[in-house]
Amino acid sequence: MKLFVGIIGLFIIYEGTWLYQKKPLEQSIADGKEIYNDFCVQCHLDNGEGVSGVFPPLAKSDYLLNNIEMSIRALKYGLSGTIVVNGEEYDGVMQNQGLDNLEIADVMNFILNNWGNESKEIITENQVANINE
Amino acid sequence: MKKKNFAPLLISILCLTSCISQENPPEIKTPDQSKYTTETIVDGIEIPWGMDFINENELLVTEKKGILYRVSNGKKTEVSGLPEVYQRGQGGLMDVALHPDFNRNKTIYLTIGVHHEGEKGGNTALYCAKLNENSLSNLKLLYKGQPNTKKGQHWGSRIVFDDKGHLYFGIGDRGNRDVNPQNLNRDGGKIYRLNLDGSIPEDNPFAMQKEALKAVYSYGHRNPQGMTIHPKTGEIWENEHGPKGGDEINIVQKGKNYGWPVITYGINYSGTSITDKKSMPGMEQPFYYWVPSIAPSGMAFSNSNVYKKWKGDLFVGSLKFKYLERLVIKRGKVVKREKILNDIGRVRNVKEGPDGYLYLGVEGKGILKLVHQ
Repeated sequence: MKLFVGIIGLFIIYEGTWLYQKKPLEQSIADGKEIYNDFCVQCHLDNGEGVSGVFPPLAKSDYLLNNIEMSIRALKYGLSGTIVVNGEEYDGVMQNQGLDNLEIADVMNFILNNWGNESKEIITENQVANINE
Repeated sequence: MKKKNFAPLLISILCLTSCISQENPPEIKTPDQSKYTTETIVDGIEIPWGMDFINENELLVTEKKGILYRVSNGKKTEVSGLPEVYQRGQGGLMDVALHPDFNRNKTIYLTIGVHHEGEKGGNTALYCAKLNENSLSNLKLLYKGQPNTKKGQHWGSRIVFDDKGHLYFGIGDRGNRDVNPQNLNRDGGKIYRLNLDGSIPEDNPFAMQKEALKAVYSYGHRNPQGMTIHPKTGEIWENEHGPKGGDEINIVQKGKNYGWPVITYGINYSGTSITDKKSMPGMEQPFYYWVPSIAPSGMAFSNSNVYKKWKGDLFVGSLKFKYLERLVIKRGKVVKREKILNDIGRVRNVKEGPDGYLYLGVEGKGILKLVHQ
């Protein structure tokens, strides 16, 4: 009996930590949407289309979808200098927004799976933690 | 030949175009851009939020992510001794202003997003400190908005002084519009008035009112990012970011309610409505409102004769459309709007220098001086 309780206990702890470390994608996207509406929507807009020539689009953005690691780095450390997004040049400044790694993972999952964007990759907190400047 | 009557057609076309553009008049004009250009005073600053002039050759400039620069003859040196800056969303190191008697006491004021106590997150704080060559000493916290929040929006903030020994600064609604701006007992969505030593003036509008923050001077603001004193009347002029299509210029008056979010000309970023009310008794109408929004930041009157025809005109930076806006005001109304330095970059700040020229803080660049070509 003791053994049984022990096994159940271990199982709960294991499952618990697993769930704690790996948020299901739907939850991450939902949390990411909140972050997006708080920190990003002013410039990139509700439809993710940005403002041509000023704020680059996220919706169907070749830059985003082909440079996931760079995009995470931009959220974590900021981005400045010229970039080309869907054939158009952008020369603005996006400072890092002070988001923590989990918040960055969530908002990445939101923008990678919204407005017609699709990504096989699920961004995790760990993955964000491992990206350096 | 039979004469045709074009009047009905003409009228319907006029109606249609005015419905489509929906720009709040006067329509913005783009005059000949070759008359003016800029000289770079200092470069290499990502978001030059605030600036103030020590003399004709020296100024202080804030970089939002948390650096204060002393710029001497175009060379920038970091000033040490800032409190820890809490950079999140639109918040960070914001405005800097020299004490009216700076030459004697070397005191400066700063508005900064900070977290140094309590709940997670941060809020806008006002500090003063003594500026020694390239370091700060005697750092003193004068005011801190409560409570902390992890929201990224609407920290304000600008600092101005009247000639009666008062300091004014703003804090935006901190992303909690339904709770903060209309509640006098909560920080956020307010312009505050303090004495220069940080104490609260006894004649502040709500000093005697129970359940009210005594430092509040006016309320119902969304996100004030431009403030200046009118050179003739001494009034406090302010601009604030509205929601989509509701940016405003207000003349800030003691104890008045500027209406956010009960009345506004704007709508949510998503296009949904916030309120169907644009006016209410007991709430102030803006002096001017921008539709479409220009995302205004910084504000200055030209009070010199440097630009001849511009004396008395108001200048506001546009973050969104990347130009400096000139507003000509006659008999209490904006009668003309012009784009100056079209496409210069996101204009975060504008101030008149001691030499009478206008100086711009432009994102990704630094501080630029507006000069004749």
